[in-house]
Amino acid sequence: MTNRTRTLQVDYLTRVEGETSLTLRLEGDKATDVRLSIFEPPRFFEALLRGRSYLEAPDITSRICGICPAAYLMSACLAVEDALGVQVDGPLRVLRRILYCGEWIESHALHVFLLHAPDFLGYPDALSMAKRHGEWVQRGLRIKKAGNTLMSILGGRSIHPINVRVGGFYRAPSRAELEAHLPELRWGRAATAEALEWMAGFPFPAFERAYEFVSLRHPSEYPLLGGRIVSSEGLDIPVHGWDAHFEETQVPYSNALHARRVGRGAYLCGPLARFNLNFDRLAPEVQEAARRAGLSVPCRNPFRALLVRLVEVLHAFTEAIQLIERYEEPAAPYVDTPARAGMGSGATEAPRGLLYHRYTLDPDGAIREARIVPPTSQNQLSIEDDLRTLAPELASRSHAEATRLAEQAIRNHDPCISCATHFLTLKVERA
Amino acid sequence: MARARKRPTLAVWKFASCDGCQLTVLNLEDELLALADAVRIVHFAEATSASRKGPYDVSLVDGSITTPQDLERIREVRRLSRRLVSIGACATAGGIQALRNFRDVQGFLSSVYAKPEYIATLATSTAIADHVPVDFELRGCPINKRQLLEVLSAFLQGRRPDVPAHSVCVECKLRGNVCVMVTGTPCLGPVTHAGCGALCPTYQRGCYGCFGPMETPNTASLARAFQAAGHSEAELVRAFRNFNANAPAFREESERHDE
Repeated sequence: MTNRTRTLQVDYLTRVEGETSLTLRLEGDKATDVRLSIFEPPRFFEALLRGRSYLEAPDITSRICGICPAAYLMSACLAVEDALGVQVDGPLRVLRRILYCGEWIESHALHVFLLHAPDFLGYPDALSMAKRHGEWVQRGLRIKKAGNTLMSILGGRSIHPINVRVGGFYRAPSRAELEAHLPELRWGRAATAEALEWMAGFPFPAFERAYEFVSLRHPSEYPLLGGRIVSSEGLDIPVHGWDAHFEETQVPYSNALHARRVGRGAYLCGPLARFNLNFDRLAPEVQEAARRAGLSVPCRNPFRALLVRLVEVLHAFTEAIQLIERYEEPAAPYVDTPARAGMGSGATEAPRGLLYHRYTLDPDGAIREARIVPPTSQNQLSIEDDLRTLAPELASRSHAEATRLAEQAIRNHDPCISCATHFLTLKVERA
Repeated sequence: MARARKRPTLAVWKFASCDGCQLTVLNLEDELLALADAVRIVHFAEATSASRKGPYDVSLVDGSITTPQDLERIREVRRLSRRLVSIGACATAGGIQALRNFRDVQGFLSSVYAKPEYIATLATSTAIADHVPVDFELRGCPINKRQLLEVLSAFLQGRRPDVPAHSVCVECKLRGNVCVMVTGTPCLGPVTHAGCGALCPTYQRGCYGCFGPMETPNTASLARAFQAAGHSEAELVRAFRNFNANAPAFREESERHDE
């Protein structure tokens, strides 16, 4: 037990997407100040979308993030289609899910193998980890590439795909194009199952928190595209109910807004939330693999999100394979989407969690107002609470060890800082 | 660790961007381990917690300059780098966030943030070369990974990168595509820098110019073709004003059609 006061200061958090710093003040074994300060420059997306065509929303918002562009493409499409009163179903929706599976594979594999696994094994990066664990790093890269290739087949390229449009796609891939990738997807599924067994043996700190988990829920699918927004505390609302149940506030130390449940506070979205709220929607063999890796519902240990991500990669491979095996080419690559006035919301599950878009359109299809709430904004408060809860453990360690553990605890949530810095507050501060 | 050969050092820096262009380095799945063998990656925040002080043999810079702090930081990066290569539309033309250059940023700030006084930002988003000398600019939103490998190999071998400056049209012809303008689809291919492999026309949509202007583009002629096909002045402005809005050739053409 120590009564001394000390400050852990990380000026530039590494192995996350974007720029953030951490200040953590410990007095004895209590954290008296926790500040995740996102200093990534704001890019004003909501403001610069005003006056642009509704057809441009997917391409423009995909530039919010190079790691999860499909999430932006998909949430923007769903929101605009909702405003237009258009439904995209059948093979076109299947293609969207396949594209999204590619993104989950690529983004989760990047995080698991290149950014987070080195923490558990005591390396500064995957390249140094490769000296001892070269086989796994190479497999991780190949798994990641299998996801990127899937995105390229559907989207033209994996970073900022060009083939997605409101209403569907510019060109639908042929069966043959997709089937050619099946052997690699089957390899990826097997390699991921092995990686899950390997990483299940990593040293996970014994740490749990009573999060309120928030994710989408679909009647029959593991959540990707649309559905209802549900929480572990009984929330169950349609996507357009987001604004009534969630709010964003600005804090002086960060360029990103903090989201919270109205009247409740912090919550968590992302892999842990999806897993806990939708375990029954995972493919049966994936449920079995999760159990073998020692995971069960509820999983409240954020360090184990590493394993949950691999479970989701396994599910994405499994689902992509099934969807491709059953794929029937659509009659047309997109449904018509003539302009009209309206307001619409759309939410999908980015690798890091719920991504909510809302647009108001003028009669000619010009965007009058846009609102985008990415997962990292929603998880910031929970990340800070994790560090507060971790304070006794941090206090017992040397400065260097405590700093490393604090960074690892932030990486648990794969925060995407690039996504996080362009929010729009609709509330006007009243004097 | 003592080594017989001295490997050049590589640093990767991020300014205002989506991270996509530096992610392209990590997306070199087949070449990443070989690359890490050919160079010492000594600073790359997205990939490693280890960081060594400069000077650096080659610096890759991703992102545009949008804050007073970053204006200082880019000068420091330049000072520490023997060769500096800016990568991507943000670093070479200000990126999509340069749309602010055509608007009132104070208005932006107060509409986006309830307390704009907490945010330090410049009125513009500008390319790296607008502030410091740059040894090479690699275009694209995002950059192409083959081109990135070519640029890195070239600098390691002490030669100029072989990155063609012709238009997307040439790539389109090489792929044997039917021109999408034939069916009235507006396409920026004739004035856009090659590098993507003419992706959009291959997927039956018009090029939206994510690689920025080619060398000596005839934007006025293309604008006339758009007009002849019935596209409005507002559509023309939007076509030139997207991911490379602040690249001079695109900016000037968009301004010609702006009221």
